[in-house]
Amino acid sequence: MINVKNISKKFGDFTAVDDISFDVAKGEIFAFLGPNGAGKSTTIKMLTALTNPNSGSIIINGHDTVADSDAVRHSFGIVFQDPSLDDELTAWENMECHGVLYGMPKALRRSRLEELLKFVELWDRKDDLVKKFSGGMKRRLEIARGLMHHPKIFFLDEPTLGLDPQTRNHIWEYIKQLSDKEDITIFFTTHYMEEAEKIADQIAVIDHGQIIAQGTTATLLKQTKTDNLEDAFLSLTGKGIRDEDASSTDNMRSNRRMYARR
Amino acid sequence: MGTIYILWLRQLKRYVRSKSRIIGSLGQPLLFLLAMGYGLGPTFAKAGEGNYFQFLAPGIIAMSVLFTAVFSGIEIIWDRQFGFLKETLVAPVPRLHIMIGRTLGGATVATIQGVIVFFIAMIAGFRPASFMALPAVLLVIFLIALLFTAMGTAIASRMSDMHGFQLVMNFLVMPIFFLSGALFPLSGLPKNVLMVTKIDPLSYGVDALRGLLIGGAHYHLSISLIILSSITVFFLILGSVLFSKLEV
Repeated sequence: MINVKNISKKFGDFTAVDDISFDVAKGEIFAFLGPNGAGKSTTIKMLTALTNPNSGSIIINGHDTVADSDAVRHSFGIVFQDPSLDDELTAWENMECHGVLYGMPKALRRSRLEELLKFVELWDRKDDLVKKFSGGMKRRLEIARGLMHHPKIFFLDEPTLGLDPQTRNHIWEYIKQLSDKEDITIFFTTHYMEEAEKIADQIAVIDHGQIIAQGTTATLLKQTKTDNLEDAFLSLTGKGIRDEDASSTDNMRSNRRMYARR
Repeated sequence: MGTIYILWLRQLKRYVRSKSRIIGSLGQPLLFLLAMGYGLGPTFAKAGEGNYFQFLAPGIIAMSVLFTAVFSGIEIIWDRQFGFLKETLVAPVPRLHIMIGRTLGGATVATIQGVIVFFIAMIAGFRPASFMALPAVLLVIFLIALLFTAMGTAIASRMSDMHGFQLVMNFLVMPIFFLSGALFPLSGLPKNVLMVTKIDPLSYGVDALRGLLIGGAHYHLSISLIILSSITVFFLILGSVLFSKLEV
């Protein structure tokens, strides 16, 4: 379903992703783990055709991300790390907008919208503005929205970041159900190792732009002679703290507080 | 088509829902109209130039269109990191359609804002020479709106955060406004100032509006319209090119 072959991405002198390859099979739940700044987000951007690799190729659902990006875009849904809903629109309008962008006919849009909002238990809040939603509700809505157009692959970039344990459990519940019910391939990143341990069929660990370990949880534990994924992860990537330069997103976040509710 | 329509509709909904933004952005034109219109009126009349309030109103309409339009374009920066822009950029739609939808939405909002200011000016005592010209007035307002929304989009596509916003306001938008002849007549200006007003696209918008509303335009209407349209097309193309290169 996802075939990545020798992709690299450079920003000036800095190599964010350095010649990585991996495959994700249809219906698999694939966890992509790594410390901050390891190259996870850059990889996701390349997988989702938001940016092109400098070398190598990515095939998503049989389509090349560079040559055939429209077909690729139809094939996947995504939940971004940062919220990407329009706060000034209602839940229903956010979903509707997504359906129109993906060229869904009206009747299908309406039925799918209802099905998914019920699935994430937001149907009775469908006419509320998103800015009134809690973090967990927004995430659920983003999951529903990402699924609108029946994607074959679902990317989730740290979907449970900043959520309480109840909501996190809930969200993984949805994701597991999806994987069973819609036979969808799931590719996610997280910093919560126990989540990856619980839910992932396959795990890849990336650090300094390279994939340093790959396999099932059992393989990784055996390879590192540890008894849980967190220890395995630390033994693979070391215990040093990664300092990332503040990105413009972080700067914007602090500004956003100043300008909040403009 | 669907993409353009839904993004246009989105801009409109956001505008209608932000009551504080609508009211807030009407404060400035109102202040200009009342303080300058009534304040400088007697001096203007003494200089033999006639009724300053009548003269000023078209300029203030253009001003509110200018500010709203540039701001609508610049809003991409907000959308870029917090929201919605990513959602549209991963969708299987051409970038050009996204840009057009947003720009038309922003231009429509700025046009509505201009129309509201027109009515406010009417309430404050402004009287257009003829109501027959109003459809043409609307067209000019929309052209100004489109031009500056596209300009805002082009600028925003090159900016990564809002830090540059003050720079854009003080070194681009304010000069465009003050040097457009919105506040003073173009005839009898010193040569250097006249030169600057000639390269200011808003000059032609203000002049066309004034000509249509109260008569006495500096340039012929068709010249103003041709120049406005050409610059609008230029910024639409520039905006599209820069927007298509934008990375999130």
